[in-house]
Amino acid sequence: MKETPLSNCERRFLLRAIEEKKRLDGRQTYDYRNIKISFGTDYGCCIVELGKTRVLGQVSCELVSPKLNRATEGILFFNLELSQMAAPAFEPGRQSDLLVKLNRLLERCLRNSKCIDTESLCVVAGEKVWQIRVDLHLLNHDGNIIDAASIAAIVALCHFRRPDVSVQGDEVTLYTPEERDPVPLSIHHMPICVSFAFFQQGTYLLVDPNEREERVMDGLLVIAMNKHREICTIQSSGGIMLLKDQVLRCSKIAGVKVLEITELIQKALENDRKVRKEGGKYGFAESIASQRITAFKMEKAPIDTSDVEEKAEEIIAEAEPPLEVVSNPVLWTPGTAQIGEGVENSWGDLEDSEKEEEDEDGTDEAIILDSIKMDIGVEVSNIGSQDAPIVLSD
Amino acid sequence: MAEAGGITTESVAGDRARAARTMLDQVVLPGEELLLPEQEDAEGPGGAGERPLRLNAGTRSRGRVVCGPGLRRSGDRLLVTKCGRLRHKEPGGGSSGGGVYWVDSQQKRYVPVKGDHVIGIVTAKSGDIFKVDVGGSEPASLSYLAFEGATKRNRPNVQVGDLIYGQFVVANKDMEPEMVCIDSCGRASGMGVIGQDGLLFKVTLGLIRKLLAPDCEILQEVGKLYPLEIVFGMNGRIWVKAKTIQQTLILANILEACEHMTADQRKQIFSRLAES
Repeated sequence: MKETPLSNCERRFLLRAIEEKKRLDGRQTYDYRNIKISFGTDYGCCIVELGKTRVLGQVSCELVSPKLNRATEGILFFNLELSQMAAPAFEPGRQSDLLVKLNRLLERCLRNSKCIDTESLCVVAGEKVWQIRVDLHLLNHDGNIIDAASIAAIVALCHFRRPDVSVQGDEVTLYTPEERDPVPLSIHHMPICVSFAFFQQGTYLLVDPNEREERVMDGLLVIAMNKHREICTIQSSGGIMLLKDQVLRCSKIAGVKVLEITELIQKALENDRKVRKEGGKYGFAESIASQRITAFKMEKAPIDTSDVEEKAEEIIAEAEPPLEVVSNPVLWTPGTAQIGEGVENSWGDLEDSEKEEEDEDGTDEAIILDSIKMDIGVEVSNIGSQDAPIVLSD
Repeated sequence: MAEAGGITTESVAGDRARAARTMLDQVVLPGEELLLPEQEDAEGPGGAGERPLRLNAGTRSRGRVVCGPGLRRSGDRLLVTKCGRLRHKEPGGGSSGGGVYWVDSQQKRYVPVKGDHVIGIVTAKSGDIFKVDVGGSEPASLSYLAFEGATKRNRPNVQVGDLIYGQFVVANKDMEPEMVCIDSCGRASGMGVIGQDGLLFKVTLGLIRKLLAPDCEILQEVGKLYPLEIVFGMNGRIWVKAKTIQQTLILANILEACEHMTADQRKQIFSRLAES
């Protein structure tokens, strides 16, 4: 679908409101919207909500051969996708400009800042390294995708645990999560992007623009910083002319905001760690509250379920009876046994002779060949089938 | 006498169709079939289609039943196509019989319906028509002659990006929708270009219908707060204008929040605003 056009009266109203220092949702100029971080059951899965903008982040890892010119470093791969459910304007193949811009910015922020220690991802130099892949999906677009995406990426990376590996001489052992606890990634610092929107050729600025403010802005300045006040990336788009002191002021504001956000992230990670340690319930089902969908608040409406029982009985009566479950394995030939429902092979057509023999034998009897000993405790009944063993057709 | 409860009828699908009368104000799901009062009696005891004589003729009159949104005629029954609560309204005059049945459902995406008054945004001017975005799958077309007092020489002053309040004359799934800004007598009756200031925002369709219902409390309370101008479009768009920007923002936020508030919470908020 095409994007809903912005009407003149909306544009005028928004600009006038910004001149009077008023925002649509009542925030101040430097206020962020509510940030909510929730974790899934797997390590490395999180959803970040910045107001109504929602991003889902998922981290996964794989052992691969390293790049030729970086034989001792692991590989990082970032991917942000704009899902079609995020906005009606996002269609497959339609959003390339915005997508490329966001992906590039995210890569610069996370990869070039060296926030993850890639040397620690090396298992066998030149042969096997870990490839860490971060997939971000935008679930709802209400402005400021880049901030939400950078928070989701860094939170997912901090939350992720990779399988433990030990190298002894030439032998490399990869432990499953059951054998040894998975190990967190080694993260030096947490870069977080902060966006500033400029209006009226740089006269007014707003932090964390929402979707409507983004439509009327003149330019955008994105500063990625960590809590040690180190700037990781800075990008200005829209072609506005910014003065030196404007940029300095923005970086100071970004420093303050990043500190707050980093504290929030640490708290969320700590909470999740506690819940998992104490064995409590964790995951999206617990942390994401179910939202009300009704427009009216009214008493519960009764639904007539008087005929559900009869309908259910009808369905059960008409359905075929379940196949018999055979709980002891039935051995057909050396190396081929069957256990479970039915025993009668329903996959393909068997040759006629075999089918007859199976029917004769019934489903509960085992046919044992002379030379095979079975120690499974199966009921044995030799039906005199000492002749040709049954060979299942290829 | 036909039973008021569910009547098992032999239909091709084997479904149990219920009398619409018994399902009022209950949740119905898409796919359910409803019987109209006439069929109820026709399929009652005897089944020969004879209408039993009634001594009290005060029950349903056998006029035309109007099938409203969320319902569709299938054969001689009503088929539910949206999930929600089933509603019925008796005919006012008493002469046109049957009344209206419809389903109260909730959605955000608008589908153009003939006769609906909507707020549109002009996206293009091409030749004799304007292309107006109404939130549906296609932009509607609006002829420049469809304004009050417009002639070939005297064109209306409409720019790209202006807001238009109009109604649909053609709106079906096969053709591009067409709208006009005059009623059948040629008068504007409130339609046309909406003023320059003010704020446009979007809400769900259910909230608009609630606000446009007669005797809506929310609107009365809002009217007591500040003097304001407000336009409701059935496509979920509301345009509001008050004296200052602050007041306009407050009104917009209240109307958006009204959706999820109970009556008590609303009264609290209004009383707090009235004090400050």
